[in-house]
Amino acid sequence: MDLLDFARGPAINVAMAVLVFGVLWRLFALLFLGKPVDRTIPRLGTPGPFWAGLREIGRRMLPHPTFATAERFAFFNGWVFHVGLAIVVFGFRPHILFIKNLTGLSWPALPSGVIYAVGAITALSLIAALVKRITSPVQRFISTFDDYFTWVVTIAPVLTGLAAVGHVGARYETLLAIHILSIAVLLIWLPFGKLFHAFLVFLSRGQTGAFLARRGV
Amino acid sequence: MAEFATLGERLAEHGISRRAFVKYASYLGSLMALAPEVSRSMAAELAKARRQSVIWLSFQECTGCTESITRSYSPTLEDLIFDFISLDYHETLMAASGEGIEHARKEAMAANKGKYIVAVDGSIPLKDGGIYSTSAGQSNLAILEETCKDAFAVISIGTCAAFGGIPKAKPNPTGAVSVADIIKDKPIINIPGCPPIPEAMTGTIAYLLAFGKVPELDHLGRPKAFFGDNIHDRCYRRPFYERGQFAKSFDDEGARAGWCLYEVGCKGPVTYNACATTKWNGGVSFPIQSGHGCLGCSEPDFWDKGGFYVPLSGSVGPTAKLVGGAAIAGAVAGLAAAAVARHRKSSLNKG
Ligand code: HEM
Ligand code: SF4
Repeated sequence: MDLLDFARGPAINVAMAVLVFGVLWRLFALLFLGKPVDRTIPRLGTPGPFWAGLREIGRRMLPHPTFATAERFAFFNGWVFHVGLAIVVFGFRPHILFIKNLTGLSWPALPSGVIYAVGAITALSLIAALVKRITSPVQRFISTFDDYFTWVVTIAPVLTGLAAVGHVGARYETLLAIHILSIAVLLIWLPFGKLFHAFLVFLSRGQTGAFLARRGV
Repeated sequence: MAEFATLGERLAEHGISRRAFVKYASYLGSLMALAPEVSRSMAAELAKARRQSVIWLSFQECTGCTESITRSYSPTLEDLIFDFISLDYHETLMAASGEGIEHARKEAMAANKGKYIVAVDGSIPLKDGGIYSTSAGQSNLAILEETCKDAFAVISIGTCAAFGGIPKAKPNPTGAVSVADIIKDKPIINIPGCPPIPEAMTGTIAYLLAFGKVPELDHLGRPKAFFGDNIHDRCYRRPFYERGQFAKSFDDEGARAGWCLYEVGCKGPVTYNACATTKWNGGVSFPIQSGHGCLGCSEPDFWDKGGFYVPLSGSVGPTAKLVGGAAIAGAVAGLAAAAVARHRKSSLNKG
């Protein structure tokens, strides 16, 4: 078994199993925890929890006007790499085929050239995010190992993917194996680190919205 | 057959002009991407080459490799070179049979001790004492070891000899292995392919004849001259790959328009061979050009890489079972964690 066989076989399979295990474990543990009974009386004329939740999710897509200037970079850059990652992961034919092979689902792809360009922008954007984190005293102060490690496992597939298509540094099959291994690391880390926000971000914002609406905030 | 001192003399005898020969040699040289002056000296050296003793052993194989080389592009020249070198022993091609030819093999070995080349096609079965393939009452293993003992170099022709090939495909019922799994103390040149491109075989042999040394090899023992290029990098369908235009089946519109075959299982991106450049039958075509994805036949274990029609970017293995099991385990673990937390909370509330 060569490195590519290992990556496409045991490594990615075990990683997907860990991902699914971890995600369901955390989600079930959270969702079945049960909410404390809220004895307050909901304000009159406020939307129900569902709509309030949706409204909060929508509202938080843009920064609060008070912080619009201060947060301009984080806001803009954040959108760039999130959308970039989504385009690269879900717009590239080999990636879609990977998902199709697992789930049977398929959709049209973007030209590969577009993917390479978006991939490069995404990488730059992620690097900018790290620079911001290190140079901003407050952000650096509140950063933990989790933040840095999460950054590494996020940018690794992008860099290795670009390296593979560009044949930078090694033979294609070796680079591809490294690409897949870097994805395996990402999948394994996802449920246990800050990347889990991918699953919780809308849940927690919606929950906050419902909670605040009840109070009429 | 009459003996000729050199290859040049033999070619002249067959009415092949020096000019035609130099042209052919530079064709081979250009395929191997040799520098022009090296190419020229290959022609000169090749003309001076003395008869090279080659012993060709056929083990677990389908004879496709021999078929390929005997149907190569410029048959007269290549046949002549092939004849020129191969006459000592080749079970499929020689007319003689029986004890006599085993004797001929041993005689050739003794007469050219340390100088002869062993060419092997086919893999070697090791299971059950090697009974799955024998000739003259000897196992393939015994013949290989005996014949290679005094060889100058070994050429593994075809994927079976080079990497075990189809006989080694799961579940490998005969315990097939490659030549390199057995012979450790001789230079081994692997010319894999199922079958290999004829020019890769004759080019390598010509190089050996001309320069008396092993050409530069890659990490899998393949001459870089023929196996240095990635099919995907040299594929004329590559622009379709870059544009995201993929055939989805073998007779859809995309297939008719000549789009990329990645989705129907092409293994070009991880395969190294000269198919996309040298092509087959004198540069007429190659599998991808005729509409079928690359099978990756010049790579080890190409038969067991997850399926010829499965796109390269798919996981290989019992994914569904593994992930399904993990999903159940994850859900149970989550519910248990929630139950423990609730229990603790309610006992705290009571307490
Ligand atoms: C610009 C960035 C990227 C490029 C250029 C890229 C390129 C590639 C290429 C060429 C393959 C082909 C696989 C093959 O032919 O077998 C591949 C596979 C794959 N990539 Fe990416 N990739 C990038 C980013 C990512 C990211 C960010 C992820 C996920 C987080 C990802 C996940 C995958 C997966 C799951 C596969 C399938 C692995 C397999 O073959 O089994 N890629 N990628
Ligand atoms: S047909 Fe195969 S080798 Fe050619 S571009 Fe498509 S994937 Fe690459």
